[in-house]
Amino acid sequence: MNVQAPPEAAAVEAELAALVASVVAQAAPGEQVEAIASTGTSTRVRAYRGEVEDLTQATSGGVGVRVVADGRQGFASAGSLAPELVAEALAEARDNVRFAAPDEANGLAEPDGVAPAQLDLLRPELATVTAADKVALALELERRATSMDARIRGVRSAVYADSVGSSALATSTGLHVAGSSSTCYVTVQVLAGEGDATQTGAGSSVGRSVADLDLADAAGRAVDRAVRMLGARQPATQRTTVVLEPAVTASFLGIVGSTLGGEAVLKGRSPFADRVGERVASALLVLVDDPTDPASLAADPHDGEGLASRRNGLLSDGVLQGYLHNTWSARRSGTASTASAVRGVGSTPAVGPRALALQPGTVGPDELVASLGDCLVVTEVQGLHSGVNRVSGDFSVGARGVLFRAGEPAGAVRELTIASTLQRMLLDVVAVGSDLEWQPGGTGAPSLAIADVALSGA
Amino acid sequence: MIDQPMIDHAVLERVLGAGLRTGADFAEVFVEDRRSSSARLDDGVVEELGSSHDRGAGIRVVSGGTTGFAHTTDLTERGLLVAAEAASTVARGAGERARAVALAPRPAGPGEVGHDREGGGKAATVALLRRADDAARSAGGQISQVSVTAGSGRRRFLVANSEGVHAEDDQVRTSFSVACVALGDTGMQTGTESVGHTVGFELFDRATPEAIATTAARRALGKLTARPAPSGTLPVVIGPGSGGVLFHEACGHGLEADLVRKAASVFAGRVGDQVASPLVTLVDDGTVDGEWGTGAVDDEGSPRRRNVLIDHGVLTDYLWDHLRAREELRDSSGNGRRQSYRHLPMVRMTNTFLLAGADDPAAIVRDTAHGVYIAKLGGGSVNTATGDFVFGMTESYLIEGGEITEPLRGGNLTGNGPAVLGAIDACGDDFAMGGPGTCGKDGQSVPVGLGQPTLRVTGMTVGGTAR
Repeated sequence: MNVQAPPEAAAVEAELAALVASVVAQAAPGEQVEAIASTGTSTRVRAYRGEVEDLTQATSGGVGVRVVADGRQGFASAGSLAPELVAEALAEARDNVRFAAPDEANGLAEPDGVAPAQLDLLRPELATVTAADKVALALELERRATSMDARIRGVRSAVYADSVGSSALATSTGLHVAGSSSTCYVTVQVLAGEGDATQTGAGSSVGRSVADLDLADAAGRAVDRAVRMLGARQPATQRTTVVLEPAVTASFLGIVGSTLGGEAVLKGRSPFADRVGERVASALLVLVDDPTDPASLAADPHDGEGLASRRNGLLSDGVLQGYLHNTWSARRSGTASTASAVRGVGSTPAVGPRALALQPGTVGPDELVASLGDCLVVTEVQGLHSGVNRVSGDFSVGARGVLFRAGEPAGAVRELTIASTLQRMLLDVVAVGSDLEWQPGGTGAPSLAIADVALSGA
Repeated sequence: MIDQPMIDHAVLERVLGAGLRTGADFAEVFVEDRRSSSARLDDGVVEELGSSHDRGAGIRVVSGGTTGFAHTTDLTERGLLVAAEAASTVARGAGERARAVALAPRPAGPGEVGHDREGGGKAATVALLRRADDAARSAGGQISQVSVTAGSGRRRFLVANSEGVHAEDDQVRTSFSVACVALGDTGMQTGTESVGHTVGFELFDRATPEAIATTAARRALGKLTARPAPSGTLPVVIGPGSGGVLFHEACGHGLEADLVRKAASVFAGRVGDQVASPLVTLVDDGTVDGEWGTGAVDDEGSPRRRNVLIDHGVLTDYLWDHLRAREELRDSSGNGRRQSYRHLPMVRMTNTFLLAGADDPAAIVRDTAHGVYIAKLGGGSVNTATGDFVFGMTESYLIEGGEITEPLRGGNLTGNGPAVLGAIDACGDDFAMGGPGTCGKDGQSVPVGLGQPTLRVTGMTVGGTAR
């Protein structure tokens, strides 16, 4: 426990802590047991044409149990906190142990003395907002989005959603942590039309309580994005400089971060293996993964194995600083965990970035584009899952955006791809914007200009 | 077979009655029990086996155009009544009144879907992982890494609604995937292969671990000598099987009635129009024996059906769920699906495929002077409102002078649905279903099947880097 939780959340945390402790207490001699449990309530409202399209209210919970014995690991989970399902999960995890191969790097995290960050992730007032008020927010979001521009024909969806939850983790190695958090967001996707042409645009706003939400900004961004794409055409095939808008930069950073996970490196699946201390990127790039930064919505005092989160430098002036590790990949590499275990209750801890942030530059986005002369501002990418290979580094994604000629807008473009490799793109960065924006996923990203990218079109 | 009812008949009737109490005009209870297990081999060792068990109920109440939904893990009558009350708060109808619901008798049992319940067990599964690892590594010295995943799951559900529908299904799915890395002078390349069917352990009568592993290894090795894919628009020939992704993205999503009704589809208002080349007859069929998207009933209790969507290029119908069909006074097409009891159903594809044509596949390639041949497609995505879509090519080759020549590195292709459908100028007689697909929409994932014969698109934008 770090920041004092309000009475209600504290009680839920105590209940979950008791539950995971009771599972861990059943560890047999020579056996390590870890239990993680969570519970929460959530609401989602969708508005459509001035009415509630649907309203979902739910309470859910789950438990995951990991057992390690003789270097063998087994796991089981249940989507419920019902005692018989929790007991079944422990029994199944033990049974699964019998079939896995021994690996001396297997084992639960051990307390390492790092103090957890003091983070205030829960706004108890969110739990007191009435369903009627949440409905009003969704309706207001739709109203704003459809009244800003005559070319907006309607929304595909206008959503308000929130969740308030608690979780606890315990291990037979002596880790006991619990915490609570709240998040809420609004997101709207609009349809803009002119003649036969239809375009879409989305905008959202995220926070820990309703007071954090900026409906006007979410609606305004959605409308701008849709309207500026009207009249978009397919551009000619060419090589050009691309400027990724902050949300697109965040997607790109997420892929780069995943290639720096210790497991990918150890298993020969990272294009950046054996490169620590080398210049792998433009000297303009300073990249950290820092879940202790309260500005990130992914901030969390602990990782998925119960270790205190810490700030991990990945790129400094383009030089690779190191890799991210969970307990397994750290032991296998002969180093210490960086508290980079990523998981839900339904899975064992993987390794990955948790709250990436790229240090912003000094030039605003407009000035940056003007300084480049000819470029493509990429406003949206599509197909990151199908066109990016995190092992070879091959990168090819569908995109939409606006072309600039001599610093002036030269038309919206669609039905194109941009392609290069992750390795080259990092080296080809020519400018970093000052416009850092924290994305809903918890990544802090500014605009990013990358030279000499292949644009495929007509 | 379901031996015991998941929830007593009389309890279901009382919960549905409670859902209607505030004046709503439709109520539904969906109860689900899902067990799944997975086993993973990576880096030469069986790393871990995992199991999960998930059960709960989702209760939906519809009043006019508004849906209320609540879900719970508490399957007692009290727990279900609490959820029904939460779901019914959105109804602003005629106020408090008791409404009796009479359900049809409990169905005899689900159809012949995934009927072999005799799993191979954990030890047998581990043996399969090892066989696949051995086969992949012996495919070539340049194979530097292999991971193998086996998954199986059993999903039982019942759905009952205030119109008297009372249906059950019991689905068993099994899948097996191999991913290889090959290391050569020019860096690393990857190759994958997945097989999945709505069957039990008899999956391995259809495909051996060795065959799946060898295919994955061959793809990785072949790409070691691959050159960058072209950048620009040129003819594309797509081989049989996985190419079904093209239709899933280029028009399948755009034919989902929920998107059509919001005018968020380029295919809205176009039934009866020629929307594709006359070579195109597109079917969505949730009844194909053993396919990945198959079931006896959909997740609203409507029987699965075979639906012809495009007949020789003419748009004949959209895909429908219960809610959208009810508003149009027609029957559901059996396409109401949900990821789990925690999710609202919506219109989804099942197994979507293009029927075979009459062309000789070899001749299609021979008649292509310069282009790209795609042997295996990866995933894709589409913006249904604009029709712009992308999909990945995971195994592709250059076509030069009517012959398949050099392998190409991976990347995406992009196109516009209506334009690409009209630009199909050849359709082979070699229909095949592709591997198991996972379709995502509005944050929900469901299993889908895909299939197609060899076909050619006269021009598509290939997202490579080479001139």
